Amino acid sequence: MPDLLDLNIAEAREGLDNGDFSAKEYAESHIKEIENANKELNAYILETPEKAIEMAEKSDERMAKGEAGLLEGIPLGIKDLFCTDGVRTTACSHILDGFEPPYESTVTENLWNAGAVMLGKLNLDEFAMGSSNETSHYGEVVNPWRRDGDEAKLVPGGSSGGSAAAVAAHLCAAATATDTGGSIRQPAAFTGTVGLKPTYGRVSRWGTVAFASSLDQAGPITRTVEDAAIMLQVMASHDEKDTTSVDIAVPDYRKELAGKVKGMTIGIPKEYRVDGMSEEIDALWEQGIEWYKDAGAKIVEVSLPHTKYALPAYYIVAPAEASSNLARYDGVKYGLRVEGEGINGMYENTRAEGFGAEVKRRILMGTYVLSAGYYDAYYLKAQKVRTRIKQDFDEAFKNVDVMLTPTTPSPAFAMGEKSGDPLEMYLNDIFTVTVNMAGLPGLSVPAGMSKSGLPLGLQLIGKPFDEGTLLKAGQVIEQAAGELPKPTKWWA
Amino acid sequence: MQINEATVRKIAKLARIKVTDEEAKSLEGELSSILTWVEQLNEVDTDDVEPLTSVVETTMKKREDVVTDGGYAQRVTKNAPLSEDNFFVVPKVVE
Repeated sequence: MPDLLDLNIAEAREGLDNGDFSAKEYAESHIKEIENANKELNAYILETPEKAIEMAEKSDERMAKGEAGLLEGIPLGIKDLFCTDGVRTTACSHILDGFEPPYESTVTENLWNAGAVMLGKLNLDEFAMGSSNETSHYGEVVNPWRRDGDEAKLVPGGSSGGSAAAVAAHLCAAATATDTGGSIRQPAAFTGTVGLKPTYGRVSRWGTVAFASSLDQAGPITRTVEDAAIMLQVMASHDEKDTTSVDIAVPDYRKELAGKVKGMTIGIPKEYRVDGMSEEIDALWEQGIEWYKDAGAKIVEVSLPHTKYALPAYYIVAPAEASSNLARYDGVKYGLRVEGEGINGMYENTRAEGFGAEVKRRILMGTYVLSAGYYDAYYLKAQKVRTRIKQDFDEAFKNVDVMLTPTTPSPAFAMGEKSGDPLEMYLNDIFTVTVNMAGLPGLSVPAGMSKSGLPLGLQLIGKPFDEGTLLKAGQVIEQAAGELPKPTKWWA
Repeated sequence: MQINEATVRKIAKLARIKVTDEEAKSLEGELSSILTWVEQLNEVDTDDVEPLTSVVETTMKKREDVVTDGGYAQRVTKNAPLSEDNFFVVPKVVE
């Protein structure tokens, strides 16, 4: 029997259906592995082994009756930003201490309805604000990958660092994640995993802790493109409880994977050739272009002139929306409360102690740009720039099916390397953030290795609600890159 | 755009976050450098552009204005740090 931990979703489903192993055995192997590995990696902040066994046993019962769902018996890790009924949900913030939601997020509800099994809640940057998973109240996540001949601890990227690390280290078959400026794709690139950020509105935001409501979108982190298709199939839905969720039928993504790439047109946005881009990232990108040519696709250069303005506009829009969304954490309804003089003293003390430095910085930045006299100069201006960014994409997509870019400007960096300077940290999202600003789907696929022996990813950007084409195109990279190295299991 | 410590204190007050002297000083520098960096947006001509209000063109969904949920105050207040008889309890706000 193969090592159950190494199976991807598609393989595991087949094994379960054939009766090669039970859902309970499959869950147990993960529970044991998490016990061994999590002390070192800190990917899970809450393990739910009893729940996992109970859910797996129910899966086995359903399979015995021939009622298997699309994810029947598949053990998943859940980013701790998704509310789970009766299971502690904290967004990795001190301010949500002990919060046990009395409801289930739509995304996780969809997953459980399809038969998936919950292994536990995964670490993230506090309120999903960060690119390295160093801002979590529950400590940093350690990237399963190390540089060749070097034991320095590397970051897994963020904010979905726990999700990416858990999938890369085989501590779950797949994980849920969320992406506001790159939080699915950047950690996927840093850990050699596949990360899919769907079109805004494809996946319900209901029950997911809000960061920036016009940008947030949930998606999967998986080990293969096909698995990403399967996960999206289940996560995506039209939801009455989220007015921005779009009422468009969810296509059969796996069927779309079988389509041809020959004859497709791939756009290469020239503005992504930024100054000082490292040689190995540039070489990876060129390699990707060659792979598409070999697959019979046409390559054309496209222009997205407002690319460089996406990141500064993001750092107005996202903090502004965050300052509004996070106003609810006031020591009254849930989580932490620190008493003080009168009600304002209580608010101020609670929020001072409950929020970490990065979250405070963004709330203050957002409060400033929304304050009287500055709204037009900052927020309104940024939203107008956003229209320009979207117009760039609309124009370019008249001539191409998908666009190909690097996912990140560098491979994973060491802990502490960039945490001293907020602006330097923000630059991590330079290639991913445009996609959120325009509401488009984006996919990061492992494409090669850096000279230092770390995974690198290429990003594909698609048209709205055209995740099928995006996934189909993603398989070209996956197949051409072939069998990539796996991290050495130094943690077990 | 440079902001001073007094401005940091003012927005911290608006955001209901108590800041220490040390935090106010470091935030003064950090926020100033972020605000200076975002000034490059002024290079973009946005004269004839509407602000983006929705990334996907849709009409806002509407529903009947009826109660669809509720009736379980105990569940709603269950996570409160302080509650009494299904009410949230806060420090006295009226003299």
